Parts: sequence; structure tokens; C-alpha cells
Amino acid sequence: MTAWFYVAILGVLLLLPLTGNEYRALIGTRAAIYWVLIAGLNLIVGFAGQLAIGYVALFALGAYTASILAAGNVIPEVHPALALIAAMGVGAIFGLVVGLPALRLRTFYFAMSTLGFATIVTQVALGWQDVTGGGIGLSGPSLRPPFDTPWGLYWLSVGLAIAFTIMTANVAQSRFGRALIATRDAEVAAEACGISKPKVLVSVFLFAGAAAGLAGGLFASLQTYITPDAFTFDLSLLFFIAILIGGRGSILGPLLGTILLTLLPEVAAPLAAWSTFVYAGLLLLIVLAMPGGIAALLDRESRKALPSERAILPQHQALQALLSTARKKQRLQLSGILLAFGGLKAIDGLDLVVEPGEVHGLIGPNGSGKTTTLNVISGYYKPQRGTMALGEMALAAGRPVGRAADGICRTFQTPRVIGEETVLENVMVGGTLAGQASFVEALLSLPRARADERRIKAMAMQALTAVGLDNLAGIRADRLQHSELRFLEIARALMLHPRLLLLDEPAAGLSVQEIKRLGALIKAISREGVAVLLVEHHADLIFDICDRVTVLNLGRILAYGTPSEIRAHKEVVSVYLGA
Amino acid sequence: MLYSIIASGLAVGAVYALIGITYNTMFATSRVMSFTAGQLGMLGGVLGSLFILRLGLPIVVGLAATLLVCAAIGVLTEFVAVRPVLKSLDQHLYVLSTLAFALMIQQITATEWSTEPQPFPRLLGIGEGIWDEKYWLPVVTCAVTIAALEYLYRRTLIGRAFLAVAEDNFAARALGLPERNLRVASYALAAMVGGLAGFSGGQLLLAFFANGPQLNFYGFIPVALGGLGNNRGAVIGGVALGLFQQAANFAVGGIFASVAVFVMFIAILLAVPQGLFGSSSARRV
Repeated sequence: MTAWFYVAILGVLLLLPLTGNEYRALIGTRAAIYWVLIAGLNLIVGFAGQLAIGYVALFALGAYTASILAAGNVIPEVHPALALIAAMGVGAIFGLVVGLPALRLRTFYFAMSTLGFATIVTQVALGWQDVTGGGIGLSGPSLRPPFDTPWGLYWLSVGLAIAFTIMTANVAQSRFGRALIATRDAEVAAEACGISKPKVLVSVFLFAGAAAGLAGGLFASLQTYITPDAFTFDLSLLFFIAILIGGRGSILGPLLGTILLTLLPEVAAPLAAWSTFVYAGLLLLIVLAMPGGIAALLDRESRKALPSERAILPQHQALQALLSTARKKQRLQLSGILLAFGGLKAIDGLDLVVEPGEVHGLIGPNGSGKTTTLNVISGYYKPQRGTMALGEMALAAGRPVGRAADGICRTFQTPRVIGEETVLENVMVGGTLAGQASFVEALLSLPRARADERRIKAMAMQALTAVGLDNLAGIRADRLQHSELRFLEIARALMLHPRLLLLDEPAAGLSVQEIKRLGALIKAISREGVAVLLVEHHADLIFDICDRVTVLNLGRILAYGTPSEIRAHKEVVSVYLGA
Repeated sequence: MLYSIIASGLAVGAVYALIGITYNTMFATSRVMSFTAGQLGMLGGVLGSLFILRLGLPIVVGLAATLLVCAAIGVLTEFVAVRPVLKSLDQHLYVLSTLAFALMIQQITATEWSTEPQPFPRLLGIGEGIWDEKYWLPVVTCAVTIAALEYLYRRTLIGRAFLAVAEDNFAARALGLPERNLRVASYALAAMVGGLAGFSGGQLLLAFFANGPQLNFYGFIPVALGGLGNNRGAVIGGVALGLFQQAANFAVGGIFASVAVFVMFIAILLAVPQGLFGSSSARRV
């Protein structure tokens, strides 16, 4: 169905010149230019979920850069093609500068900084008269033949629009696209998979900035003459709303949104004076009434019913095949870990050793420091004292992103998955580190990027088979049952061939049957040489599968030993297990 | 020259600080940063000019009417742009809904009022030169507002209820506090502070529809610098910003002063993400 829309759009674009109407060429060119910008911006807004509102600033910057260079009023005249490339470069640089706050700060700060940047670019364009011509403006770059006619520019813009559609689709389908969505919807899980948000965002900011700069340069050619008035905030809204109407995480949706919004002023000319109001009203309407956008309307797949009777059947052979390439076995060693929140010592001098090939149970009453211990090991908390090591390698405290590369993976007490992605894609997020191709290779879908995709996909299918979810690979994760999400998280963690697997209450919410299968799966994982640290409240499961058990109480070790020793331990029985 | 830089710096700084307090007051009860903050400042100027100059109302009545209309807009904001998206706070839809609402306010003002800056009435007729009321009125207003808010928060029951909701929404509700009504009330209160900012700074900024986005940005900077929800931080940040901006205006000219402010904003945010007086980040795992 998606493909038919693309074919239809392409058909219209090819047939449009047959009408010979130059006004239509203008509209088509404008839509194509807007789309070049929106395609890039879509990766930021639709995929990474960052609210970049003031993108008209980069558009204006590109337009002025191309015009000033081509006009030669500051430095000697430059070939228009070079001027366009320079516009791309300037766009990329400022795309990064404006994006910097998004790497560390809350969403609203980024929205504000892009907005502030938009205000400032307009002021500079107005005030720096020697260069920009101030309120009077300056001529846009006139391209060389064959692009100097309306239809010539049309073909150039349409060609670039198609190229940018393909490039963003390539990114969307690569590990980078999945990483973007992961940082949007499950940031903590993304970190646990080794995805560094700043790193993925920087590439995307550069790309989207370059697209915006190029679009601006083309726009200046189309307008033939630019003033600051051409770059009002309305335009920023148009870019932004096109993506929202389209729906996030989609490319076709925003493309249709762009076409709709470009045509809107043509059919609703009397509304021109109220355009801001119309756009704002539209924005409010979308946010309140249809946050899913066009993409959600087109997504018929996710409305099909799922089989209600389905079981999770882990497959031992697939697990062995997946973990056969596992790394060297390593033991985890914690010594003297102390973590206090204010006056409260959550962990008070903990020593813990988890051997490879063993399941180590960590139990204790609520508030005894079990999950806190997992968070210290996986780097979310930084202990005040103590050391951690995996084998010979010391683990830096408070660095969650590095853990995945060290071979430490985890699941969460509340499953953290990307609801809008399929089960398979969710598991593929876990394989982000297994990719070798760079962002540029993914952008152009070069052989290495395609090989990455094939390899990660095959591995993910294997992991899904191993945990018994292979039947649900193509289903959106938000349609799964809670118990299935727990197994999904384990599959995602297995993607990294872990040396150490941290499980945070994996049996919570599972049926008796499912707990049994989970237990067998965890045990099988450990027998492949993985060190497993299991935090759990189901005493049966603990005593069933653990090789060793540590009991915590108030941040200290109350008891340590084999399951049968623990079961007989008087204090443990009185503090935790009950008579 | 130095004195006039200080006078105008303090004056605009006080206006920015008041807009910062507007952001904070709305944020405290709803965890929402609303783009309407700057528009309310703009409306304070426009409505003041409308009621006093155009309709010829007495100054006190004009002020009261301005604050009343602002409060009504604050309540409307809560109903239209905040309440419907509170359920999905993590998706940050409020950024878009409040932006949309703010732009609607701006466009209506532009069309129905004027797209050109209009004069704002002289209120008291006291002072001249650097002691002109247009410089000290915003400063006095800011000081009085701070004192009144402190009194409200520390000494009155409703103020303490505000603090309780701001501190822990769920616990406040469990104690039987009318969380929803308190939120609406805080939006009305915030809107009045915003209106007051525009009214007291009216002679300086004029009654101009495009003040909205400017105040939005320059009013947000003190919040970002001072730390979210920290009113004292907002005042210090606002005054510092005002002085810096006016000094830069004098030294390198208006356009590059804006660039300087923007660069400073980004640089400080990257160096101290939680703000100079803010507390560190929340729990994530």
C-alpha cells in the first residue's frame, strides 16, 4: 500500500511538465524544496522525537549563504553549484550548533534554542545590511543551464527530493534509524544497548542541517529575490506540522503532509492573512485529536487480530547457535560498594562475585538494595566507594553507555520497549553495536551497511527463536502481553552475546507455566558460559535455578550460599522467606 | 552613559524576571513549560494601552481589567492546551499545544490590534532621565511581586497548597487537595504576573504584538539560568541578562547583542545543564 502512494506521487511529478503550466512548475518545485528540508527534519522530529521548531532559521541561512556567495558582494563571485554546496555546509554547521542543547537537556530547552535561533537569524538578516541587503534583500543565485528555466529548476528540485527521500529511508531502516527511535521511546534501554544519544543525534543534526541549507539555497533560486520577510515563522510551522500530520516514525506520512500543506494556500487563498492562525489551529488539532497522524491511518497491519491462544516456547538449539560465538567467560566482582542517597545507605559495603556459567540469585525484602545493586553494576548509579571488575577489566562507575560494549546486558523491572516498533525491530536495537558501517554508509546504503542489516536481522531472528517469540516477529511491541515483553527484553539483551546478564524480576507477572519456561531459559543461558545475576521475588524460581544465592537486607549481605543453605538459614527465614 | 545602561538593563531585566516567574508558576503545578508566558507579557502592554489610551479608562481600572483578561487567558490555556495533554507528559505534546495556543493569541492581537508598535500611556508621571518611571516601574513591580508571592507561599493556606502540589502531586491529591483547581488557579496567577510584566514595562517595550516571541525567549533564559522552578534564580538571572543585553547593545549594537545573548545562553546551558541555582537531575531508572 505504501509503495502505491510513492508510485502515485512519482507519477504526478512526471506528468506535471506535460501540462506546460509554469505556475504548476513553481508549486511543484516549492513542494520538492520544502520536502528536502522536511525529509531531514523528519529524522530529528519524527524519529528522534526532538522538537526542533525553528528550522526556518537554517533554511534562511542556506538561502542567504547561497545568494551572497553567488552575488559576489562580499567575496568574488562563486559558481552557483558551489554556492549551493556552501549553503549545505553552513546549514550542517549551524544545524549542529542549534542541536547542541538537545544532547544534554530537556526537550523544551531544545525547542526554545531553535526558536531563539530563528529570531536571531531574522534580526541579523535585517540588520547586517552590507552583506544581506537588510530589509531590501538581495537576488537569489541564478543557476546555470539547464537549470535556469522553471522546468529546469523543477527537475533539479524533484531529483534532489527523490534523493533525500531515499537517503532518509535508508537511515530509517538502518541501525541508526532504530537507535533514534530507541532514544526517543526507551532512552534508558537504548543506553543499556550501548546507544549513545549524543553520537547518533550529532550525525542526524549535521545531515538535517545540510538538507535545510540546500533547500534554502534552492528556495533562493526559486524566489529569484529574497528578503527577511520570506522566512517568517509560519514557514517553520509548516515544516513542523507537515511532519506531525504525517505521523512520527514514518517517511510517507510527512511526505503527504508536505504536499497537503504546500497545496493548502492554493486552494484556501482567502485565508492567507490568517495563515499563522490556521497553522496554529491545525497544530493544536493534531496534537489533541490525532497524535498518530496519517501514518497511523495507513497502518492497517496493526489492526489485524492476534491469535489469542499463543505460548512462548523457547528453543534451546537456537540459543546455543546464538551464543556459540560468545566471548571469553568472565566473572563479575564487586568489592566494598557503598552507595548512599543523603543519609540513607542503600548499599552498605557490598562484596559480590558472580561466576560465569552460573545463575546467581539476589533476593531480599523490598528496599534491601537489589535493584540498586543492578543499577550500580550497569552504571546508572555511581557508588561513593568500592570497585567493580569484569574479569581483569575494571568497570568505570556511573557510565551506563559503555556497559554493552563490555558485555554487560540487562532487563528492567518494568519492560522498556519501543511500542511503535515491531518485535523484531525491538530486538534489532540490541544489535546496534554489532554494526560496522558508518552513518554515511547507511545513508547511501553501501554494501557494508546492507551486510550489517542482514547480519543483525538474522541474529535477531535467532534470538527471538531462542526465547520463543519468533511467531510474533512482525507484530508491534505495544500489542504484546506483559509476559511476552519480558522475554522480548531477554532476546534484546542476548543480541550482545553478553558475558554478564542482569535480570530484574523477570518472572513478575508471568503465569506458573511461563515461569517454568523462563527458568529453563535462564539456566540454559548460564550454561552457555554467561554469568547471570537474577533479582527475583519468586522463591520457587530462585531455589529452582540458582547455583548460588545472596540475600540482602538494608543494603548489607544477610546470607550467602547454595539454595539449600539459604533455605535453612534462620535469619533469612525470619526476615524474608517467612516460616 | 553607564548609568543609563544600568537603568535600562535593570528595567528590562525585571521584565524578563517576571516572565521567568510566569513560566515557573505554571511549571510548579503542572510540570509544563508554556509558550504563552511571553504572549501574556505582550498582552499586558497591548491591553494596558487598549484600556487606558484607546478606551480612556482610569489607570487603576485599566490595570485591573488588564489583569482580569490575562487571568482569563491563563485559565483558558489550562483548559485548552495543558489539561488534555497532561496524561502523556513524557511525549512533550504540551510544547506543541501551548505553542499553538500562543501563536493564536499573537495572530489575533496582530489582526485586531495593530501590527505596528503603539504607544503605552505614561502612568504616574514621576521622574525623568535615568530616574524616569519607565525604568524603575518594572523594578518596583518585580520586587513587589516577589514579596507578594513569598507571602502567599509562606503564610497563606492556598500558597502552601500550591507548594504541596508542586512538591508531590500524588501525595497532595491523596491528602485531599483539589489539585485540578489549584492548577487552574496557578495558571490564572501566572497569567497575572505575566500581564503585570508587560504592563509595568509598557513604556519601555510599547504595545507591540511581536513582543510575544521576544519575551518568550528572553524570559526563558532567566529560568534556564536560574534553574527550573526557582524564582530567586529567575530574578538574579533576569537582572543579569538585562544588564548584559543592554551593555552588549551599547558596545556592539543591537543585532550582535542578540547573537551574544544567544551564544551565552547555549554556552551556559551546556556547561551547567540544570542552571546555576537548580538542583541536579531526576531519577531515571
